[in-house]
Amino acid sequence: MSGVAFAYSRAADVADAVARGGAPGAAFVAGGTDLLQLWKAGRATPTELIDVYGLGLDGIGVDGDELSIGATARLSDVARHPFVVDQHPLIAEAVLASASGQIRNMATVGGNLLQRTRCPYFRTAGMACNKHRPGSGCGALDGEDRHAALFGAGSSCVATHPSDLAVALVALDATVEVSGARGVRRVGLSELYRLPGERPDVDTTLAAGELITRVLVPRAASIGRLATYVKVRDRASFEFALLSVAAVIRIDAGTIVHARLVCGGVAPAPWRLPAGEALLIGQKPERGVFTVAAAAAVEGAPPLPGNSFKVELLRRALVRTLTTIATGS
Amino acid sequence: MTAPQAHSNEPTNDHDVTVGYSLSINGGTHPVQDAWIGESLLYVLRERLGLPGAKNACEQGECGSCSVVLDGTLVCSCLVLAADAVGSEIATIEGLSADGGLTDVQQAFLDAGAVQCGFCTTGLVMSVHDMLDTTPAPTDLERREAISGNLCRCTGYGRIFEAIDLVVTRRSGSPAGAS
Repeated sequence: MSGVAFAYSRAADVADAVARGGAPGAAFVAGGTDLLQLWKAGRATPTELIDVYGLGLDGIGVDGDELSIGATARLSDVARHPFVVDQHPLIAEAVLASASGQIRNMATVGGNLLQRTRCPYFRTAGMACNKHRPGSGCGALDGEDRHAALFGAGSSCVATHPSDLAVALVALDATVEVSGARGVRRVGLSELYRLPGERPDVDTTLAAGELITRVLVPRAASIGRLATYVKVRDRASFEFALLSVAAVIRIDAGTIVHARLVCGGVAPAPWRLPAGEALLIGQKPERGVFTVAAAAAVEGAPPLPGNSFKVELLRRALVRTLTTIATGS
Repeated sequence: MTAPQAHSNEPTNDHDVTVGYSLSINGGTHPVQDAWIGESLLYVLRERLGLPGAKNACEQGECGSCSVVLDGTLVCSCLVLAADAVGSEIATIEGLSADGGLTDVQQAFLDAGAVQCGFCTTGLVMSVHDMLDTTPAPTDLERREAISGNLCRCTGYGRIFEAIDLVVTRRSGSPAGAS
């Protein structure tokens, strides 16, 4: 066994978790699939684990005009839940493209959204990594950069966010409900993540001790059902994305009236492509339109030497995703 | 060092080194004493309880060699804290067969020659049982997906798929090899 010593306790309730979760060295744990990996690698050094798995935050249901998914719902339960499959199959698609059966049986929604980057410099003990220790340097910038970000990176960090689910949820305009010392607040999932800037070690806008309690997704009727998730990876299963695309469009009288293009694996957070979205609105859902929008969406992406192939890969993935939606195949 | 809290059913949160608890494994109760809270379920099964069927390979949840069933779901025991499994029903490969013989999945692995070095085999047997418990007639895609969390570096998976074919055929009652 490896890793530093920590204390472990099960939180009594959300208030207890939040009250203790802000202490230096404290970390929430649920499925443990990411935190324990990092702890074994010496890249997470919690002194106190607060287990929130048993807090009953795993419900999935309809709440008013929204689909509500509890933060500790397991990915495998999310992917097969009738409400999810019926209202937002995009979510099930993204989840089933993630990890393996064993991991989906353990991993939770909240943990998935908060998982750390797969950048090998971050994951490997002894490597220079500003996300692990600000000021220690970025091995990827001058080293192996095939996995590095196309968008949103900085001079301090080029790591990408690995979640499939988060990409789908941003495309569906999801928000998260967060409990903290100052009560409950809601934050758009896009605003949950922050760019590296001078603090690449901080992935999110959550305050110390804040706990995600559930994810809320506008119901399908208000968004439109035309959506799909395309994940491009080095092998067909149990692999993180080289890049991925979640697209959602709504068509009214033959014209696109709503569009979300969000890509994963290419930025520190799920990355919207507003230039591409804008070129879809008011147009007919056909391949020529998709090609123009996809080209605009990737324009200006500044690649590193090792990941420049992803610009064209992303453009093609966008066309393929939109074509799949439009043709239903 | 404090005295171990033998047979307690709630993990302690002492900063001191050792804890004691009981795990429910294959229908029996297994006390664990003087354990460190950071020990994985895999470690406790193998090193403390004499249940080495779950294998220790990657310790990162990637290879599936440590697969066990926790409260009815297949998990990687290397990423479960043993103390967090208190109160759960744990099933390991040692408990698959009531009489100590081979299950039909294990027999099919032998018959098909699906075992080479054998390190991945127990995890694969757990995954195949788990799939067939819920999906008696899996499609090709379902079979591939069900074992995608189990890495085998010897067989190339061909014989493993043959073994799955054998079990499905035998369970459906048709003669082996019949279409």
